Amino acid sequence: MSTPADNAPAAHSAGAEESRPSLAALLLDPSFWADWASVVGLVGLVIVFGIAQPVFLSVANLQALLLAAAILVVLSIGQTFVIATSGIDLSLAAAVMLGAIILGLVNAAGYGIFIACVLAVLATSAVGFLNGLIITAGKIPDFVVTLGTLSGITGLGLILSGGEPTMVGSTFLLRLASGSFGPFGYPVWVAIAAVIVAHIALYHTRFGVHLLATGGQAESAGALGIRTNRVKIAAYTISGLCAGVAAILLVARIGSAEPQINTSLLLNSVAAVVLGGVSLFGGRASILGPAIGALMLTALVNGLTLLNVSAFYQPLAVGAIVVLAALIMRYQK
Amino acid sequence: MSAPHHIPAAEAIIACEGLSKHFGGIRAFTDVAFQARRGEVTAVIGDNGAGKSTLVRSLVGVHQPDAGDLFFDGQARPFANPDEARKAGIETVHQNLALIDELTVAQNLFLNREIVRRIGPFAFLDRKAMKREARSMLSRLSINVPSINQRVRRLSGGQRQAISICRAVGSGAKLVVMDEPTAALGVQETANVEALIRRLREQSVSVILVSHNFDQVRRLSDQIWVMRAGKMAATVRASETSGNELVALVTGAA
Ligand SMILES: Nc1ncnc2c1ncn2[C@@H]1O[C@H](COP(=O)(O)OP(=O)(O)OP(=O)(O)O)[C@@H](O)[C@H]1O
Ligand SMILES: [Mg+2]
Repeated sequence: MSTPADNAPAAHSAGAEESRPSLAALLLDPSFWADWASVVGLVGLVIVFGIAQPVFLSVANLQALLLAAAILVVLSIGQTFVIATSGIDLSLAAAVMLGAIILGLVNAAGYGIFIACVLAVLATSAVGFLNGLIITAGKIPDFVVTLGTLSGITGLGLILSGGEPTMVGSTFLLRLASGSFGPFGYPVWVAIAAVIVAHIALYHTRFGVHLLATGGQAESAGALGIRTNRVKIAAYTISGLCAGVAAILLVARIGSAEPQINTSLLLNSVAAVVLGGVSLFGGRASILGPAIGALMLTALVNGLTLLNVSAFYQPLAVGAIVVLAALIMRYQK
Repeated sequence: MSAPHHIPAAEAIIACEGLSKHFGGIRAFTDVAFQARRGEVTAVIGDNGAGKSTLVRSLVGVHQPDAGDLFFDGQARPFANPDEARKAGIETVHQNLALIDELTVAQNLFLNREIVRRIGPFAFLDRKAMKREARSMLSRLSINVPSINQRVRRLSGGQRQAISICRAVGSGAKLVVMDEPTAALGVQETANVEALIRRLREQSVSVILVSHNFDQVRRLSDQIWVMRAGKMAATVRASETSGNELVALVTGAA
């Protein structure tokens, strides 16, 4: 389409307009650290843990770390889409539980693992859709609605399961959890695929721009004809979809569907998004940032475990890191 | 109920009759009849809170009027949302709803009108094309911004206003609606915007201009409509009025 001659003057003027600061100036600029908090944090943790406990850097441990991070990465992506619209999805971990229970029950009823997985994802997507619908149609704050669905689907999960875990003995899920392709296990590939698709959706589609516009200034976006309500509903539905994928990975990992909410998944998904430099006020987001944030949180837990630090200290460490990140974020450009 | 100056439907690019809009108990405006002639600059003046912005927003689909009829380009056309109005050929520079701070200049210029490239069932943004277009849109109107890749948050009020005007006039609309387009601008920028409005008029683009500046309104417009406390109080030809008469009409002293 464009000839080089077309682009040359533009590229030249753009280069002249945005002069590059020197490396030293960059390193002294707090907003640099804010934008790259998750990368800096991850590199820092890898160095510290690598020195303190060389096993941390072994191929086997790094593979295990990535495997353990896959679920959180997928959930952080869902949470990112919601937070980009200036919302928050507190029902995310509960949706994972609901998806897992539905997967288990449908499979136990003899419908086959494929249908069970599809129904689980449909159910969690429906939860997300419902969140978005109530928030936009009812004009109720995101926080309140998703807190409500958190409680509602916790109850629904208990009712459906009778409070009992369901064993899921499926060769498909077993292979999903333990098989690998190339250097990574299948769950890692699922997470990588999710990152790529989400990145393209956010940066290379109209939906992505409209999502950020809705999160930035919903009223202005609406005045330009963007259907902000639909965008919001779509964001929550994506969040639900991610919860469904995470539910499949979770059931594959532990071999059963537990009627229990892993609250640290919810907190860590928000933490990963914050670490990833995504504004909680909406309007600016990336996918790579939260994904690296999720890796960083997983590395933290992994490293502390290798150093024989009691599991009781892990939430404390995660909390400290998140608050620190939030403080650094204040210097974001 | 009839408009003060009834003009034949074919001459009106946009017209409304009996239009009302209330917000809960607050009446923004009631029973308003208004027309803008094709190819003319039509001004709307009135004191703060008279209902000008709400009227404009009700014309272009941002608000849904509670009652009344709306005609655009000879057809009965209530716009269910701003998207329909934009597709019909109306671009608006809103008073307070101009740009998205967190998006770049180029993204703002093409917001909800993005250029896409289709690959199978998917459509991907053609960012290169949009940046190229954005540069030429800005340079055609000699608008200076540091970079089109910059977030608009860091631009000055005047630059932001210039960009939202650029977005409205750069797309070949039939009707451009501007709600106080020079309110935030300096002398030079105001002169630029006024030149731009004249150029639109030369290109037979219809313009609706909301302004508090009576001199500006008399310089630029063909017809002036006066709102007072939620009513359409009067309408006069710009060539047949004086600044004193406009003041009297706005304050209700006439
Ligand atoms: N979204 C809204 N909700 C409630 N009331 C509103 C809303 N928008 C406008 N109003 C009210 O409607 C009335 C008319 O407001 P409007 O903004 O149309 O005035 P205006 O003529 O544009 O004034 P200005 O010259 O200050 O821009 C005001 O009393 C205002 O408070
Ligand atoms: Mg106004």
